[in-house]
Amino acid sequence: MIIGESGSGKTTLLKCMVGLNEIDAGEVLFNGRNFYEMDFKGKKEIRKEIGMLFQGGALFDSQTVEENVVFPISMFTDLSTSEKKDRANFCLQRVNLENANNLYPSELSGGMKKRVAIARAIAVQPKYLFCDEPNSGLDPKTSIVIDNLIKEITEEYNITTVVITHDMNSVIEIGDNIMFIYKGEKWWEGSKSEILKTDNKEVCDFVYATKFMRDLKTKF
Amino acid sequence: MHIFFHFGRYFILIRRTFAKPEKASIYWQRILDEIISLGIGSLGIVAIVSVFLGAVITIQSAFNFENPLIPVYAIGVAVRDSIILEFAPLVISLILAGKVGSSIASEIGTMRVTEQIDALEIMGINSAGYLIAPKIIGSMLFNPVLIVFSMFFGIIGGYVFGLLAGVVTSHDYIYGITYDFRPYNVVYALIKSVVFAFIIASVPAYNGYFTKGGALEVGRSSTKGVVYCIVVILAFDLILTQLLLV
Repeated sequence: MIIGESGSGKTTLLKCMVGLNEIDAGEVLFNGRNFYEMDFKGKKEIRKEIGMLFQGGALFDSQTVEENVVFPISMFTDLSTSEKKDRANFCLQRVNLENANNLYPSELSGGMKKRVAIARAIAVQPKYLFCDEPNSGLDPKTSIVIDNLIKEITEEYNITTVVITHDMNSVIEIGDNIMFIYKGEKWWEGSKSEILKTDNKEVCDFVYATKFMRDLKTKF
Repeated sequence: MHIFFHFGRYFILIRRTFAKPEKASIYWQRILDEIISLGIGSLGIVAIVSVFLGAVITIQSAFNFENPLIPVYAIGVAVRDSIILEFAPLVISLILAGKVGSSIASEIGTMRVTEQIDALEIMGINSAGYLIAPKIIGSMLFNPVLIVFSMFFGIIGGYVFGLLAGVVTSHDYIYGITYDFRPYNVVYALIKSVVFAFIIASVPAYNGYFTKGGALEVGRSSTKGVVYCIVVILAFDLILTQLLLV
Protein backbone atom coordinates (compact mmCIF):
# COMPACT_ATOMS: atom_id res chain seq x y z
CA MET A 1 0.00 0.00 0.00
CA ILE A 2 1.22 3.47 -0.84
CA ILE A 3 -0.14 6.17 1.41
CA GLY A 4 0.42 9.88 1.76
CA GLU A 5 -1.22 13.28 1.76
CA SER A 6 -2.99 14.66 -1.29
CA GLY A 7 -0.41 16.02 -3.72
CA SER A 8 2.44 14.00 -2.24
CA GLY A 9 3.01 12.12 -5.53
CA LYS A 10 1.21 8.80 -4.96
CA THR A 11 -0.68 8.77 -8.25
CA THR A 12 2.39 10.02 -10.14
CA LEU A 13 4.39 7.13 -8.65
CA LEU A 14 1.67 4.65 -9.62
CA LYS A 15 1.50 6.01 -13.18
CA CYS A 16 5.30 5.68 -13.41
CA MET A 17 5.04 2.09 -12.20
CA VAL A 18 2.53 1.15 -14.90
CA GLY A 19 4.24 3.16 -17.63
CA LEU A 20 1.68 5.91 -18.06
CA ASN A 21 4.21 8.59 -17.03
CA GLU A 22 7.81 8.72 -18.20
CA ILE A 23 10.38 8.46 -15.42
CA ASP A 24 13.31 10.88 -14.99
CA ALA A 25 15.48 8.43 -13.04
CA GLY A 26 15.36 4.95 -11.52
CA GLU A 27 13.96 1.64 -12.73
CA VAL A 28 10.61 -0.12 -12.77
CA LEU A 29 11.12 -3.87 -12.55
CA PHE A 30 8.50 -6.56 -13.20
CA ASN A 31 10.04 -9.86 -12.10
CA GLY A 32 13.49 -8.42 -12.81
CA ARG A 33 12.44 -7.07 -16.22
CA ASN A 34 13.08 -3.34 -16.56
CA PHE A 35 9.90 -1.88 -18.02
CA TYR A 36 11.46 1.32 -19.33
CA GLU A 37 14.25 -0.49 -21.20
CA MET A 38 11.80 -2.64 -23.14
CA ASP A 39 10.69 -2.08 -26.70
CA PHE A 40 7.04 -1.47 -27.56
CA LYS A 41 6.32 -5.20 -27.92
CA GLY A 42 7.90 -6.05 -24.56
CA LYS A 43 5.95 -3.29 -22.83
CA LYS A 44 2.79 -4.57 -24.43
CA GLU A 45 3.42 -8.06 -23.07
CA ILE A 46 3.95 -6.66 -19.55
CA ARG A 47 0.81 -4.56 -19.82
CA LYS A 48 -1.20 -7.68 -20.57
CA GLU A 49 -0.16 -8.85 -17.10
CA ILE A 50 -1.37 -5.64 -15.48
CA GLY A 51 -4.86 -4.83 -14.26
CA MET A 52 -5.63 -1.35 -13.07
CA LEU A 53 -8.45 0.15 -11.08
CA PHE A 54 -8.62 3.88 -11.77
CA GLN A 55 -9.86 6.47 -9.31
CA GLY A 56 -13.00 7.20 -11.33
CA GLY A 57 -13.37 3.67 -12.69
CA ALA A 58 -12.42 4.74 -16.25
CA LEU A 59 -15.19 2.61 -17.73
CA PHE A 60 -15.89 3.11 -21.41
CA ASP A 61 -18.99 5.34 -21.52
CA SER A 62 -20.21 4.05 -24.86
CA GLN A 63 -20.21 0.41 -23.72
CA THR A 64 -22.49 -1.49 -21.36
CA VAL A 65 -21.18 -3.14 -18.20
CA GLU A 66 -20.87 -6.47 -19.99
CA GLU A 67 -19.16 -4.92 -23.03
CA ASN A 68 -16.68 -3.18 -20.71
CA VAL A 69 -15.71 -6.51 -19.14
CA VAL A 70 -15.73 -8.39 -22.46
CA PHE A 71 -13.51 -5.72 -24.08
CA PRO A 72 -10.07 -6.86 -22.83
CA ILE A 73 -11.07 -10.51 -23.36
CA SER A 74 -11.97 -9.75 -27.00
CA MET A 75 -8.74 -7.88 -27.59
CA PHE A 76 -6.39 -10.54 -26.26
CA THR A 77 -8.07 -13.91 -26.58
CA ASP A 78 -9.65 -15.92 -29.35
CA LEU A 79 -12.56 -17.17 -27.24
CA SER A 80 -15.95 -17.54 -28.86
CA THR A 81 -18.68 -15.00 -28.15
CA SER A 82 -20.41 -17.29 -25.64
CA GLU A 83 -17.12 -18.09 -23.88
CA LYS A 84 -16.33 -14.39 -23.61
CA LYS A 85 -19.79 -13.73 -22.16
CA ASP A 86 -19.36 -16.59 -19.69
CA ARG A 87 -16.01 -15.20 -18.55
CA ALA A 88 -17.50 -11.69 -18.19
CA ASN A 89 -20.46 -13.03 -16.21
CA PHE A 90 -18.10 -15.00 -13.96
CA CYS A 91 -16.07 -11.83 -13.25
CA LEU A 92 -19.21 -9.79 -12.64
CA GLN A 93 -20.55 -12.44 -10.27
CA ARG A 94 -17.20 -12.46 -8.49
CA VAL A 95 -17.62 -8.74 -7.70
CA ASN A 96 -21.27 -9.35 -6.70
CA LEU A 97 -22.72 -7.54 -9.70
CA GLU A 98 -25.38 -9.69 -11.25
CA ASN A 99 -28.18 -8.30 -13.42
CA ALA A 100 -26.24 -5.17 -14.33
CA ASN A 101 -24.89 -6.47 -17.67
CA ASN A 102 -26.94 -4.18 -19.85
CA LEU A 103 -26.55 -1.00 -17.85
CA TYR A 104 -24.30 1.84 -19.04
CA PRO A 105 -21.67 3.41 -16.74
CA SER A 106 -23.81 6.57 -16.42
CA GLU A 107 -26.53 4.43 -14.81
CA LEU A 108 -24.23 3.01 -12.12
CA SER A 109 -23.43 4.24 -8.62
CA GLY A 110 -19.82 5.00 -7.62
CA GLY A 111 -19.44 1.65 -5.84
CA MET A 112 -20.90 -0.27 -8.80
CA LYS A 113 -18.50 1.49 -11.19
CA LYS A 114 -15.56 0.43 -9.02
CA ARG A 115 -16.82 -3.16 -8.96
CA VAL A 116 -17.20 -3.22 -12.76
CA ALA A 117 -13.68 -1.78 -13.04
CA ILE A 118 -12.38 -4.58 -10.79
CA ALA A 119 -14.25 -7.16 -12.90
CA ARG A 120 -12.68 -5.69 -16.06
CA ALA A 121 -9.24 -5.65 -14.45
CA ILE A 122 -9.40 -9.34 -13.50
CA ALA A 123 -11.06 -10.45 -16.74
CA VAL A 124 -7.76 -11.43 -18.36
CA GLN A 125 -6.27 -12.83 -15.13
CA PRO A 126 -3.52 -10.27 -14.48
CA LYS A 127 -0.42 -10.94 -12.39
CA TYR A 128 -0.36 -7.41 -11.01
CA LEU A 129 -3.26 -5.24 -9.89
CA PHE A 130 -2.80 -1.50 -9.37
CA CYS A 131 -5.52 0.44 -7.58
CA ASP A 132 -5.58 4.23 -7.54
CA GLU A 133 -7.60 5.35 -4.51
CA PRO A 134 -10.16 2.58 -4.88
CA ASN A 135 -12.53 3.98 -2.28
CA SER A 136 -12.38 7.69 -3.00
CA GLY A 137 -15.86 9.16 -3.18
CA LEU A 138 -17.50 6.11 -1.61
CA ASP A 139 -19.43 5.86 1.64
CA PRO A 140 -17.66 4.01 4.49
CA LYS A 141 -19.73 0.83 4.06
CA THR A 142 -19.12 0.59 0.31
CA SER A 143 -15.45 1.44 0.90
CA ILE A 144 -15.10 -1.63 3.13
CA VAL A 145 -16.85 -3.79 0.49
CA ILE A 146 -14.39 -2.60 -2.18
CA ASP A 147 -11.38 -2.99 0.16
CA ASN A 148 -12.38 -6.54 1.06
CA LEU A 149 -13.02 -7.38 -2.57
CA ILE A 150 -9.51 -6.24 -3.49
CA LYS A 151 -8.05 -8.29 -0.65
CA GLU A 152 -10.06 -11.41 -1.56
CA ILE A 153 -9.12 -11.16 -5.24
CA THR A 154 -5.45 -10.65 -4.38
CA GLU A 155 -5.41 -13.83 -2.29
CA GLU A 156 -7.68 -15.86 -4.58
CA TYR A 157 -5.75 -15.15 -7.80
CA ASN A 158 -2.36 -14.96 -6.05
CA ILE A 159 -1.58 -11.58 -7.62
CA THR A 160 0.57 -8.68 -6.48
CA THR A 161 -1.63 -5.72 -5.65
CA VAL A 162 -0.51 -2.14 -5.16
CA VAL A 163 -3.11 0.14 -3.59
CA ILE A 164 -2.82 3.90 -3.33
CA THR A 165 -4.90 5.55 -0.67
CA HIS A 166 -5.04 8.27 1.93
CA ASP A 167 -7.78 6.45 3.81
CA MET A 168 -6.44 5.01 7.08
CA ASN A 169 -9.47 2.72 7.36
CA SER A 170 -8.28 0.97 4.20
CA VAL A 171 -4.77 0.71 5.59
CA ILE A 172 -6.09 -0.99 8.71
CA GLU A 173 -8.52 -3.19 6.74
CA ILE A 174 -6.26 -4.51 3.99
CA GLY A 175 -2.78 -3.05 4.56
CA ASP A 176 0.13 -5.46 4.35
CA ASN A 177 3.35 -3.70 3.34
CA ILE A 178 2.91 0.04 3.65
CA MET A 179 4.95 2.82 2.13
CA PHE A 180 4.46 6.46 3.16
CA ILE A 181 5.20 9.12 0.54
CA TYR A 182 5.96 12.65 1.68
CA LYS A 183 6.64 15.58 -0.67
CA GLY A 184 7.41 13.24 -3.56
CA GLU A 185 9.81 10.99 -1.64
CA LYS A 186 9.60 7.63 0.07
CA TRP A 187 9.54 8.67 3.72
CA TRP A 188 8.74 5.51 5.61
CA GLU A 189 8.11 1.81 4.94
CA GLY A 190 6.84 -0.96 7.20
CA SER A 191 3.96 -3.22 8.16
CA LYS A 192 0.49 -2.35 9.44
CA SER A 193 1.45 -2.97 13.07
CA GLU A 194 4.64 -0.94 12.66
CA ILE A 195 2.87 2.10 11.22
CA LEU A 196 0.65 2.30 14.31
CA LYS A 197 3.71 2.31 16.56
CA THR A 198 6.10 4.50 14.60
CA ASP A 199 7.34 7.77 16.07
CA ASN A 200 8.13 9.32 12.69
CA LYS A 201 6.54 12.77 12.98
CA GLU A 202 5.23 13.09 9.40
CA VAL A 203 3.81 9.57 9.45
CA CYS A 204 2.16 10.17 12.85
CA ASP A 205 0.70 13.49 11.65
CA PHE A 206 -0.86 11.60 8.76
CA VAL A 207 -1.96 8.43 10.55
CA TYR A 208 -3.40 10.21 13.60
CA ALA A 209 -4.94 13.14 11.73
CA THR A 210 -8.48 12.07 12.73
CA LYS A 211 -9.92 12.04 16.24
CA PHE A 212 -10.98 8.43 15.70
CA MET A 213 -7.37 7.34 15.13
CA ARG A 214 -6.11 9.42 18.05
CA ASP A 215 -8.71 7.81 20.31
CA LEU A 216 -7.70 4.39 19.00
CA LYS A 217 -4.08 5.13 19.83
CA THR A 218 -4.98 6.23 23.36
CA LYS A 219 -7.14 3.14 23.86
CA PHE A 220 -4.48 0.66 22.80
CA MET B 1 8.90 26.93 -31.66
CA HIS B 2 5.44 26.21 -30.30
CA ILE B 3 4.08 25.42 -33.76
CA PHE B 4 6.95 22.98 -34.46
CA PHE B 5 6.19 21.19 -31.20
CA HIS B 6 2.58 20.67 -32.30
CA PHE B 7 3.63 19.62 -35.81
CA GLY B 8 6.05 17.06 -34.39
CA ARG B 9 3.60 15.71 -31.86
CA TYR B 10 0.85 15.55 -34.50
CA PHE B 11 2.99 13.47 -36.87
CA ILE B 12 4.14 11.16 -34.06
CA LEU B 13 0.48 10.64 -33.14
CA ILE B 14 -0.42 9.89 -36.77
CA ARG B 15 2.42 7.36 -36.98
CA ARG B 16 1.12 5.64 -33.81
CA THR B 17 -2.42 5.81 -35.20
CA PHE B 18 -1.49 3.69 -38.19
CA ALA B 19 0.64 1.15 -36.32
CA LYS B 20 -0.35 -2.52 -36.76
CA PRO B 21 -3.69 -3.07 -34.98
CA GLU B 22 -4.01 -5.54 -32.08
CA LYS B 23 -7.01 -7.28 -33.62
CA ALA B 24 -8.07 -6.32 -37.13
CA SER B 25 -11.65 -7.65 -36.80
CA ILE B 26 -12.42 -5.24 -33.95
CA TYR B 27 -10.98 -2.34 -35.93
CA TRP B 28 -13.18 -3.15 -38.96
CA GLN B 29 -16.23 -3.10 -36.74
CA ARG B 30 -15.13 0.26 -35.35
CA ILE B 31 -14.68 1.68 -38.87
CA LEU B 32 -18.25 0.65 -39.73
CA ASP B 33 -19.51 2.25 -36.49
CA GLU B 34 -17.67 5.48 -37.32
CA ILE B 35 -19.07 5.53 -40.87
CA ILE B 36 -22.54 5.27 -39.40
CA SER B 37 -22.05 7.84 -36.66
CA LEU B 38 -19.87 10.39 -38.48
CA GLY B 39 -20.93 9.84 -42.10
CA ILE B 40 -24.52 8.67 -42.29
CA GLY B 41 -25.38 10.91 -39.35
CA SER B 42 -24.31 13.90 -41.46
CA LEU B 43 -26.45 13.15 -44.52
CA GLY B 44 -29.34 15.35 -43.31
CA ILE B 45 -27.33 18.51 -42.69
CA VAL B 46 -25.37 18.01 -45.94
CA ALA B 47 -28.61 17.68 -47.93
CA ILE B 48 -30.17 20.79 -46.36
CA VAL B 49 -27.06 22.97 -46.77
CA SER B 50 -26.50 21.79 -50.35
CA VAL B 51 -30.05 22.50 -51.49
CA PHE B 52 -29.88 26.03 -50.14
CA LEU B 53 -26.37 26.60 -51.52
CA GLY B 54 -27.55 25.52 -54.98
CA ALA B 55 -30.60 27.76 -54.71
CA VAL B 56 -28.61 30.83 -53.64
CA ILE B 57 -25.94 30.33 -56.34
CA THR B 58 -28.67 30.06 -59.00
CA ILE B 59 -30.42 33.24 -57.90
CA GLN B 60 -27.15 35.18 -57.46
CA SER B 61 -25.88 34.02 -60.85
CA ALA B 62 -29.12 35.12 -62.48
CA PHE B 63 -28.79 38.50 -60.75
CA ASN B 64 -25.23 38.93 -62.06
CA PHE B 65 -25.92 37.62 -65.58
CA GLU B 66 -28.39 40.34 -66.57
CA ASN B 67 -26.33 41.26 -69.61
CA PRO B 68 -28.26 40.07 -72.69
CA LEU B 69 -24.96 38.90 -74.27
CA ILE B 70 -24.62 36.21 -71.59
CA PRO B 71 -26.88 33.24 -72.38
CA VAL B 72 -29.33 32.13 -69.67
CA TYR B 73 -27.88 28.61 -69.67
CA ALA B 74 -24.68 30.16 -68.19
CA ILE B 75 -26.58 30.09 -64.90
CA GLY B 76 -26.55 26.28 -65.07
CA VAL B 77 -22.84 26.28 -65.94
CA ALA B 78 -22.05 28.62 -63.04
CA VAL B 79 -24.07 26.54 -60.56
CA ARG B 80 -22.50 23.27 -61.72
CA ASP B 81 -18.92 24.52 -61.63
CA SER B 82 -19.31 26.45 -58.37
CA ILE B 83 -20.84 23.46 -56.64
CA ILE B 84 -18.53 20.79 -58.03
CA LEU B 85 -15.28 22.72 -57.83
CA GLU B 86 -15.68 24.58 -54.56
CA PHE B 87 -18.94 24.58 -52.65
CA ALA B 88 -19.50 20.85 -52.30
CA PRO B 89 -15.96 19.88 -51.29
CA LEU B 90 -15.02 23.00 -49.32
CA VAL B 91 -18.19 24.34 -47.72
CA ILE B 92 -19.48 20.89 -46.81
CA SER B 93 -16.06 19.97 -45.39
CA LEU B 94 -16.07 23.17 -43.31
CA ILE B 95 -19.53 22.31 -42.01
CA LEU B 96 -18.36 18.76 -41.23
CA ALA B 97 -15.30 20.22 -39.50
CA GLY B 98 -17.71 21.93 -37.12
CA LYS B 99 -20.11 19.02 -36.69
CA VAL B 100 -17.82 15.99 -36.85
CA GLY B 101 -14.65 17.72 -35.67
CA SER B 102 -16.15 19.01 -32.43
CA SER B 103 -17.71 15.61 -31.80
CA ILE B 104 -14.35 13.82 -32.29
CA ALA B 105 -12.37 16.30 -30.15
CA SER B 106 -14.88 16.27 -27.30
CA GLU B 107 -15.29 12.47 -27.38
CA ILE B 108 -11.55 11.79 -27.27
CA GLY B 109 -10.93 14.69 -24.87
CA THR B 110 -13.53 13.34 -22.44
CA MET B 111 -11.95 9.90 -22.69
CA ARG B 112 -8.59 11.47 -21.86
CA VAL B 113 -9.74 13.41 -18.78
CA THR B 114 -11.77 10.48 -17.44
CA GLU B 115 -8.72 8.19 -17.80
CA GLN B 116 -10.41 5.93 -20.37
CA ILE B 117 -7.41 6.40 -22.70
CA ASP B 118 -5.08 5.46 -19.82
CA ALA B 119 -7.23 2.36 -19.27
CA LEU B 120 -6.71 1.36 -22.92
CA GLU B 121 -2.94 1.91 -22.62
CA ILE B 122 -2.80 -0.17 -19.43
CA MET B 123 -4.50 -3.02 -21.27
CA GLY B 124 -1.65 -2.92 -23.79
CA ILE B 125 -3.85 -1.42 -26.52
CA ASN B 126 -2.52 1.28 -28.83
CA SER B 127 -5.09 3.90 -27.84
CA ALA B 128 -4.28 6.17 -30.79
CA GLY B 129 -4.81 3.33 -33.23
CA TYR B 130 -7.95 2.07 -31.54
CA LEU B 131 -9.62 5.47 -31.18
CA ILE B 132 -8.34 7.61 -34.04
CA ALA B 133 -7.60 5.26 -36.97
CA PRO B 134 -11.24 4.11 -37.41
CA LYS B 135 -12.39 7.74 -37.38
CA ILE B 136 -9.86 8.79 -40.03
CA ILE B 137 -10.48 5.76 -42.24
CA GLY B 138 -14.27 5.97 -41.81
CA SER B 139 -14.21 9.66 -42.64
CA MET B 140 -11.95 9.18 -45.69
CA LEU B 141 -14.22 6.41 -47.00
CA PHE B 142 -17.48 8.25 -46.49
CA ASN B 143 -16.59 11.92 -47.10
CA PRO B 144 -16.41 11.46 -50.90
CA VAL B 145 -19.89 9.91 -50.75
CA LEU B 146 -21.14 12.94 -48.82
CA ILE B 147 -19.55 15.29 -51.33
CA VAL B 148 -21.17 13.54 -54.33
CA PHE B 149 -24.44 13.61 -52.40
CA SER B 150 -23.90 17.34 -51.84
CA MET B 151 -23.20 17.95 -55.54
CA PHE B 152 -26.41 16.18 -56.47
CA PHE B 153 -28.55 18.05 -53.94
CA GLY B 154 -26.89 21.40 -54.75
CA ILE B 155 -27.68 21.08 -58.44
CA ILE B 156 -31.22 19.87 -57.70
CA GLY B 157 -31.69 22.79 -55.25
CA GLY B 158 -30.53 25.23 -57.92
CA TYR B 159 -32.92 23.72 -60.43
CA VAL B 160 -36.00 23.75 -58.16
CA PHE B 161 -35.44 27.24 -56.72
CA GLY B 162 -34.35 28.62 -60.13
CA LEU B 163 -37.68 27.50 -61.59
CA LEU B 164 -39.67 28.69 -58.57
CA ALA B 165 -37.98 32.12 -58.72
CA GLY B 166 -38.51 32.25 -62.47
CA VAL B 167 -34.86 33.13 -63.21
CA VAL B 168 -34.14 30.16 -65.49
CA THR B 169 -36.11 27.68 -67.54
CA SER B 170 -35.83 23.94 -67.11
CA HIS B 171 -34.33 23.60 -70.60
CA ASP B 172 -31.67 26.32 -70.08
CA TYR B 173 -30.67 24.96 -66.67
CA ILE B 174 -30.28 21.36 -67.85
CA TYR B 175 -28.43 22.52 -70.99
CA GLY B 176 -26.16 24.63 -68.76
CA ILE B 177 -25.26 21.87 -66.31
CA THR B 178 -24.36 19.52 -69.15
CA TYR B 179 -22.56 22.12 -71.30
CA ASP B 180 -18.81 21.47 -71.65
CA PHE B 181 -18.84 19.15 -68.63
CA ARG B 182 -15.38 18.01 -67.54
CA PRO B 183 -15.36 14.79 -65.50
CA TYR B 184 -11.91 15.74 -64.18
CA ASN B 185 -13.61 18.45 -62.07
CA VAL B 186 -15.43 15.71 -60.13
CA VAL B 187 -12.17 13.80 -59.70
CA TYR B 188 -10.54 17.00 -58.41
CA ALA B 189 -13.40 17.50 -55.95
CA LEU B 190 -13.16 13.89 -54.75
CA ILE B 191 -9.39 14.16 -54.21
CA LYS B 192 -10.01 17.29 -52.14
CA SER B 193 -12.77 15.57 -50.18
CA VAL B 194 -10.44 12.68 -49.21
CA VAL B 195 -7.69 15.07 -48.06
CA PHE B 196 -10.20 17.20 -46.16
CA ALA B 197 -11.66 14.07 -44.54
CA PHE B 198 -8.21 13.18 -43.19
CA ILE B 199 -7.88 16.70 -41.75
CA ILE B 200 -11.45 16.72 -40.34
CA ALA B 201 -10.78 13.52 -38.38
CA SER B 202 -7.11 13.87 -37.45
CA VAL B 203 -6.74 17.51 -36.35
CA PRO B 204 -9.60 17.48 -33.79
CA ALA B 205 -8.51 13.99 -32.70
CA TYR B 206 -5.05 15.41 -31.97
CA ASN B 207 -6.54 18.22 -29.90
CA GLY B 208 -8.79 15.84 -28.01
CA TYR B 209 -6.06 13.25 -27.45
CA PHE B 210 -3.75 15.71 -25.71
CA THR B 211 -6.41 17.37 -23.56
CA LYS B 212 -5.30 18.01 -20.00
CA GLY B 213 -7.53 18.99 -17.12
CA GLY B 214 -11.30 18.69 -16.89
CA ALA B 215 -14.58 19.57 -18.57
CA LEU B 216 -13.52 23.15 -19.32
CA GLU B 217 -10.41 21.98 -21.16
CA VAL B 218 -12.46 19.45 -23.14
CA GLY B 219 -14.58 22.37 -24.40
CA ARG B 220 -11.46 24.37 -25.24
CA SER B 221 -9.90 21.42 -27.07
CA SER B 222 -13.07 21.00 -29.06
CA THR B 223 -13.09 24.68 -30.08
CA LYS B 224 -9.36 24.65 -30.88
CA GLY B 225 -9.76 21.43 -32.86
CA VAL B 226 -12.48 22.96 -35.05
CA VAL B 227 -10.63 26.26 -35.57
CA TYR B 228 -7.31 24.58 -36.50
CA CYS B 229 -9.18 22.14 -38.69
CA ILE B 230 -10.86 24.96 -40.64
CA VAL B 231 -7.56 26.82 -41.10
CA VAL B 232 -5.78 23.67 -42.30
CA ILE B 233 -8.64 22.82 -44.69
CA LEU B 234 -8.50 26.33 -46.20
CA ALA B 235 -4.72 26.09 -46.59
CA PHE B 236 -4.98 22.68 -48.28
CA ASP B 237 -7.81 23.95 -50.50
CA LEU B 238 -5.41 26.52 -51.90
CA ILE B 239 -2.52 24.05 -52.20
CA LEU B 240 -4.64 21.38 -53.93
CA THR B 241 -6.22 23.88 -56.28
CA GLN B 242 -2.77 25.08 -57.28
CA LEU B 243 -1.52 21.51 -57.72
CA LEU B 244 -4.51 19.97 -59.46
CA LEU B 245 -6.06 22.76 -61.52
CA VAL B 246 -3.28 25.11 -62.59
